[in-house]
Amino acid sequence: MGKAVMKSVLPGFGITLGFSVLYLSLLFLLPVAGLFLFTLQMSWADFWVAISHPQVVASYKLSFAASFIGATINAVFGTLVAWVLVRYQFLGKKVVDALVDLPFALPTAVAGIALVTLYSTTGWVGQYLYLWGIKVAYSEIGVVIALTYIGLPFVVRTVQPVLADFSKELEEASASLGASRFTTIRRVILPAVLPALLTGYALAFAKAVGEYGSVIFISGNLPYRTEITPLLIVSKAEQYDYNGAAAIGVVMLAAAFILLLIINSLQWWASKRG
Amino acid sequence: MSILSRLQQATLALTFTSVSFIALAENTLLNVSYDPTREFYREYNQLFSQYWQKQGHEAPTVRQSHGGSGSQARSVIDGLEADVVTLALAYDVDALRQKADLIPENWQSRLPHNSSPYTSTIVLLVRKGNPKNIHDWNDLARKGVEVITPNPKTSGGARWNYLAAWGYALKQYGSEEKALEFVTQIYKNVPVLDSGARGATNTFVQRQIGDVFIAWENEAFLAVEQLGKGEFEIIVPSVSILAEPPVAIVDKNVDRKGTRKLAEAYLAQLYSDEAQHLAVKHFYRPANPTISNQYKDKFPQLTLFTIDDVFGGWNKAQQTHFNDGGYFDAILSKISK
Repeated sequence: MGKAVMKSVLPGFGITLGFSVLYLSLLFLLPVAGLFLFTLQMSWADFWVAISHPQVVASYKLSFAASFIGATINAVFGTLVAWVLVRYQFLGKKVVDALVDLPFALPTAVAGIALVTLYSTTGWVGQYLYLWGIKVAYSEIGVVIALTYIGLPFVVRTVQPVLADFSKELEEASASLGASRFTTIRRVILPAVLPALLTGYALAFAKAVGEYGSVIFISGNLPYRTEITPLLIVSKAEQYDYNGAAAIGVVMLAAAFILLLIINSLQWWASKRG
Repeated sequence: MSILSRLQQATLALTFTSVSFIALAENTLLNVSYDPTREFYREYNQLFSQYWQKQGHEAPTVRQSHGGSGSQARSVIDGLEADVVTLALAYDVDALRQKADLIPENWQSRLPHNSSPYTSTIVLLVRKGNPKNIHDWNDLARKGVEVITPNPKTSGGARWNYLAAWGYALKQYGSEEKALEFVTQIYKNVPVLDSGARGATNTFVQRQIGDVFIAWENEAFLAVEQLGKGEFEIIVPSVSILAEPPVAIVDKNVDRKGTRKLAEAYLAQLYSDEAQHLAVKHFYRPANPTISNQYKDKFPQLTLFTIDDVFGGWNKAQQTHFNDGGYFDAILSKISK
């Protein structure tokens, strides 16, 4: 009987659930259904040809690999940024804290243009890297940099509150029981942070896979080499090939969904263990 | 005042506003165009407004929309209510007929000169002093030369570039296979494939990437005279393609909005002497041969071939070269190996 009583304690279940379902349907389910409907017009053979063309396959590899690398870099350095912001007091901390959100607020095209200005072979940073033989803009490295840039706030903002809640006493207890600093980090801090970190990782990864605006300015867009999948989808649509664009979109959606599912079950496993 | 008379007044006011709204709609044009025509049409709209008022009409309002030619065409197909389109290539205008039946099949023969009141061609833009010693198309296929041109799959302008190079190779080497090989060599030298013409201009001019930029003549003049005075030089190749950007009224839209008369006058006036001189001011070649003769010194003389002569028209060129499985796809997959 507990459940019925619980409902009356928090009123409005029916109306909020109804609204949520409607809202999600209009904003999310309908466009996704449309995507699948477009591909239903295709035969299996056409669908397969559209999604398995070597140029398309090359773009999957780049998009997923670069997103993976970008999210991994963010997992390490984003956690570090979150740690610094939570644990230390320093001049300009508020500014640094605000800067982290910049990739959320800045239009992605502006970010792309700024990054290419910095990293092209004539750019402020790029010209020196080029002397060492490293070409950043218009190469795969450029794609990774753009995807790292847009993913940073996801990791920082998910890890930060967990670290803030984490009581210092646990660390002190660990130290007084004779654990080394490394052991404290590995056995005490990391397990507490891991579920949040995985969430941030998943968000950064998912955002990177779909990112378009900032990447196309810095990637060079060479087919088979630096062409990301979202660009290929846009380019298909430009050629009035809506079916082909939708087919690749479905593959992206399915792949991203499976990967997120894996990361989420990892997160579930980590929080159980914690 | 009684409620009834107030109601009458309100109705009257409503009728009045809706009448004036219709009048306004009939006197308003939307011209959907591509990127580099922005400055030309801004001036032409004033010219046309004066002409239209001299004919005893009210001053018209002309609104402009600019963007990549292909995506502009797609917007009109998807419902943007353009009265006239002034795009970069006939293929994009023809898409209005093929995809949405907005214009009749004979659209291109309704106005003189294939419905192209101004033309251009494709030339080569190099950096000051021509450090890589570029003189003709074959220099673009050399090792160590970086070529900037956008992706012909997404950019209308880039298709002209590609076809100009192909036409040169056909003439020079005599066979399709040789032309394919030649154009493949050129695309091997492309370090950045922008999706549109303006993006490619930025790559070459602002980012300083590449040794040679394949450009519309009017864009090249613009770069030389305005973007970086003295920083660039135009190299005129031995042969090139006659780029004909066509104009058309969108029949379905003007008939529904009642703007046909205005739209027709708007396009017809593009062929007037004043408009032809204005086109020259914005570095387009005028279609009128008499006026074109007056500017012999301004525009370099070179052998120009048309898309109909060499490629059998846009539809055929599109199918053979740019559609999925066409020559351009073959070039990309060759380069990737």
